[in-house]
Amino acid sequence: MMDILQIVLSESFWAASLRIATPLIFGVLGALLCERAGVLNLGIEGIFVVGAMSGWMAVWLGAGLWGGVLVAAFAGALFGLIHAILTVPLGLSQHVSGLGVTLFATSASYFAYRTALPNVTSPPRIEPFGALDIPILSDLPFLGPVLFQQTALTWLAILMVAIVWYVLNRTALGVAIKAVGDNPASIDAQGLSVYGLRIGAVVAGSALMALGGAFLTMSAFDAFFFGMVNGRGWICIALVIFASWRPGKALLGALLFGAFDALQVRLQTEVGAFLPSQVFLAAPFVLSIIALVIAARSADYPRALLTPWFKGQR
Amino acid sequence: MKPIARLRTIALACLASLGLLATTVTAQAEKLKVAAIYTLPVEQQWISRIHKALNTAAERGDIDYVFSENVANTDYERVMREYAEQGMQLVVGEVFGLERAARKVAADYPDTAFLMGSSFGPVAPNFSVFDNWIHEPSYLTGMVAGSMTESNVIGMVGGYAIPEVNRLMHAFMDGAREVNPDVKFIVNFIDSWYDPPKAKESAFAMMDAGADIMYAERFGVSDAAVERGVKAIGNVIDTAGDYPGTILASALWHMEATIDKAIANVGAGTFEAADYGQYSFMAHGGGSLVMDESLLPTDTVTAVRAKEEEINAGLFRVNVNDDRPVSDN
Repeated sequence: MMDILQIVLSESFWAASLRIATPLIFGVLGALLCERAGVLNLGIEGIFVVGAMSGWMAVWLGAGLWGGVLVAAFAGALFGLIHAILTVPLGLSQHVSGLGVTLFATSASYFAYRTALPNVTSPPRIEPFGALDIPILSDLPFLGPVLFQQTALTWLAILMVAIVWYVLNRTALGVAIKAVGDNPASIDAQGLSVYGLRIGAVVAGSALMALGGAFLTMSAFDAFFFGMVNGRGWICIALVIFASWRPGKALLGALLFGAFDALQVRLQTEVGAFLPSQVFLAAPFVLSIIALVIAARSADYPRALLTPWFKGQR
Repeated sequence: MKPIARLRTIALACLASLGLLATTVTAQAEKLKVAAIYTLPVEQQWISRIHKALNTAAERGDIDYVFSENVANTDYERVMREYAEQGMQLVVGEVFGLERAARKVAADYPDTAFLMGSSFGPVAPNFSVFDNWIHEPSYLTGMVAGSMTESNVIGMVGGYAIPEVNRLMHAFMDGAREVNPDVKFIVNFIDSWYDPPKAKESAFAMMDAGADIMYAERFGVSDAAVERGVKAIGNVIDTAGDYPGTILASALWHMEATIDKAIANVGAGTFEAADYGQYSFMAHGGGSLVMDESLLPTDTVTAVRAKEEEINAGLFRVNVNDDRPVSDN
């Protein structure tokens, strides 16, 4: 027990939690934006892969790190647009279309990677985002290592939480996005475009998801490899429900999962002799499911989630 | 490389592969037809060694080599059958995820030779097995790690706890304990063959727990070692060039001996179900040790080299233990 307490109180544990949480923060914000507008986006896992591949590839080709981030967001938006067109004006099943986008985006990324690099022996590396290391602030006890020695993308993720919160809660656009996810007819009656709002939200949300992938290849690691997204997108879909579609709680949920995962590796190190490693590896997921069961009871679903809307149809 | 140069390289590579395509079309049909099926992309450490050996044989003109990478275990059987139906004479691959099914396929195509990475044994008449039996050089790298650790804590991040991984870890641990009985190990598995961010996080956790040498079984571990300024031990491939000053020693796998033996046997019509594992041993040139001698004291190098001699001379046998390694507490 003492050990666990020691782990949880250490700064490296919280720094690791935030690092692990960063891609999830991007992903859960993106999923939240899509779902608030009434569209479930199961393309998320594939869009993560697209972001990871395209951002890294752009940097490798010389675009610069922020150029890579833009490329990743743009590529993610593009696949989001496919999902949006299929599900919004065409009104197709959001589940099927989303899974299709995941399969397509994953394969397309890999195809592009192999076409560009047919004969590599080890994945080519880029110079990734380094720790920001802000003077004075990084030297603060505890907070310094946890907050101020993260990379720029982690900061961008936290900034995005604030931006999404602000847009949803303090702007007319946010009111419209929430309304289109709850009652699209009311938006239509206002003379606003249901299709426009929904497509816009899915495209913007997908761009955010792609940044989660880009973090993996441009900050957490410095190379792309197939399969490295490893289910992180799916976790975000669950976290969105945990967050009850609120950006602040989304940040909390992602951090909680990150903390579970950081704790898991440390516990495996401490007591790995007594329990199989799979128990620890599964722990964050099990704990997330438990958290989800508790949180979902009071979850306030966007009422028109999964319901397509057609103009002129009652 | 400058960006433009990179683009140019890619363009050249595309041209070159077109050129290759043209030559294969005109090549004579005398060459042995070999196909490989991999469950991961060819960049993955383990697979890259097989791919390299087969490419070397193809460049030598011994074989016509085709491959399918990133084939899911659930799809693997189909691809095996397709290659067999196409008249491939030798099919190379890895069946750790479909041991039983793969043996059934092989039984349906007795005229095709199968050489598969496997945890189990060969099956007559045509199913042979191999594996990366580099426990000998792993033992030697363990000796390096054991004598170089100052905190007496060594961290090990593994992919899956399967025999071929466990065996090398145990050999490494035995080697370290031989030179340093006080050494303690912390062992983690990430249950993925490729999730470098996760491997990195595991490595960081071990360094927080005091590890000052990392056994880098997966990509990502050496990166974490570089960031924290600790040393690492490489496995299967030589990554010393990517992490200069960090990799003390590596246990390398060379698949050439295994592949060349199989090709020779198929060509001569003498291919039988056999365990090719021994061709990964140091005596056959299938495993080797590299050390960065600039980072190591002379007496360590001497001691390790002496043990290497003993192994090569058959005077020392590295113990084989396939159990899941656990952390010392």
